[in-house]
Amino acid sequence: MSCSRRDFLKEAVGGTLVSTLPLSAFVLLTTDEAKAAIADSKVRWAFLVDTTKCVGCGLCVKACKIENEIPYDAAVTRTWVERYVITKDGETHIDSPNGGRDGFIDDKIRDEEIEPEDIAKAFFVPKLCNQCDNPACVQVCPVGATYQTNDGIVLIDRDWCIGCGYCIMACPYGVRFFHPEHKVADKCNFCYHRISKGMQPACVECCSFGARRLANLRDPDDPVTKIITTERVAVLKDEYGTKPHVFYLGLDANVR
Amino acid sequence: MKWHVLRPLWVAIGLVGTIFVARAFMVPDDFGVHGQNFTYGYHRLSNIQEWKDFPVKYQGRETCGSADCHETNLALLDSSTHETVECENCHGPSIDHPDPNEFLPLDKTRELCLRCHAFLEYPNSDRGELMSIVDRTHKRRYECVECHNPHDPKEYYE
Repeated sequence: MSCSRRDFLKEAVGGTLVSTLPLSAFVLLTTDEAKAAIADSKVRWAFLVDTTKCVGCGLCVKACKIENEIPYDAAVTRTWVERYVITKDGETHIDSPNGGRDGFIDDKIRDEEIEPEDIAKAFFVPKLCNQCDNPACVQVCPVGATYQTNDGIVLIDRDWCIGCGYCIMACPYGVRFFHPEHKVADKCNFCYHRISKGMQPACVECCSFGARRLANLRDPDDPVTKIITTERVAVLKDEYGTKPHVFYLGLDANVR
Repeated sequence: MKWHVLRPLWVAIGLVGTIFVARAFMVPDDFGVHGQNFTYGYHRLSNIQEWKDFPVKYQGRETCGSADCHETNLALLDSSTHETVECENCHGPSIDHPDPNEFLPLDKTRELCLRCHAFLEYPNSDRGELMSIVDRTHKRRYECVECHNPHDPKEYYE
């Protein structure tokens, strides 16, 4: 068996090129499949939180836990309410006992008494999954158990999740947690079972003050979409590039 | 060609082959890229329907007043300052109600009312403007509903 240097180089380069071609490059889509792949959904769910209206009753957290069967007394929750009290000396006091599940009844923050005349500003901020356009939590999933639907909601496949916890680490907003009963990752999905039936998410329905509202960004006549597109709204941690879709009215720079 | 390296090589190839065969059986048919790109859209398609089938617990106030059941209470509530409060916030999620085996866990505790009506003087939140009490000084031994009608808070019982 003989092999000239020229032949060896030729075959080596050719073989390398062929081996780098992915198998999927040979998949041919039918016209319908190609259309379905690029078709835009008529729905893109988003959320509007009006922090000026929230009074910190925590009924949203309670409703969410019951609606989504999250163990009531476990220290995990799909949505929570944070209390921010900024005193005149510039210090920020933040707490969220039980995620705000039982409301904020006491004026003490972490056992610290704050006199009303020392308060510069004080408010409540509800938090939930941002259903990002570039969800970092989905990118890191090693088994394809979490994904983005066509209407923008990030879901978790409970049968497929192996509970490795990468996504819990990856989410910059800390909305993911380990479900103590199902032993998988879990998070808010805007009550996907409700919004797909035309209902409002449980937290929106139980909010008496209109602090939480659901929007369909693809529907220009949606009153909440009009607020998001025409008024001054902010998002959390914009600098991460995740393109979050929970918009806040009256968001303060102290909110992290 | 007889070469001792070939034997473990066949074992390795056999193992890889087994993994591929097992994978073909274990991965569901509807697993793949659906609609989105590979990064965000690689999933089991039937899982979307599984989430849509998740049972609804909070039915909303429309169902309370619809079937000739609680429209008197609902009308009273709608004309009061508690108009925006959902029935299920106090009465509990209706789930399968009015299934006779279903008992709604009505919450009459003081703590429930205090969620909104405990006084907190917060300048940037509507909380400070709500009609509220200081828990420590206002009728400590009583539940709120002993004197106030939650369906019409302006009404007092003596």
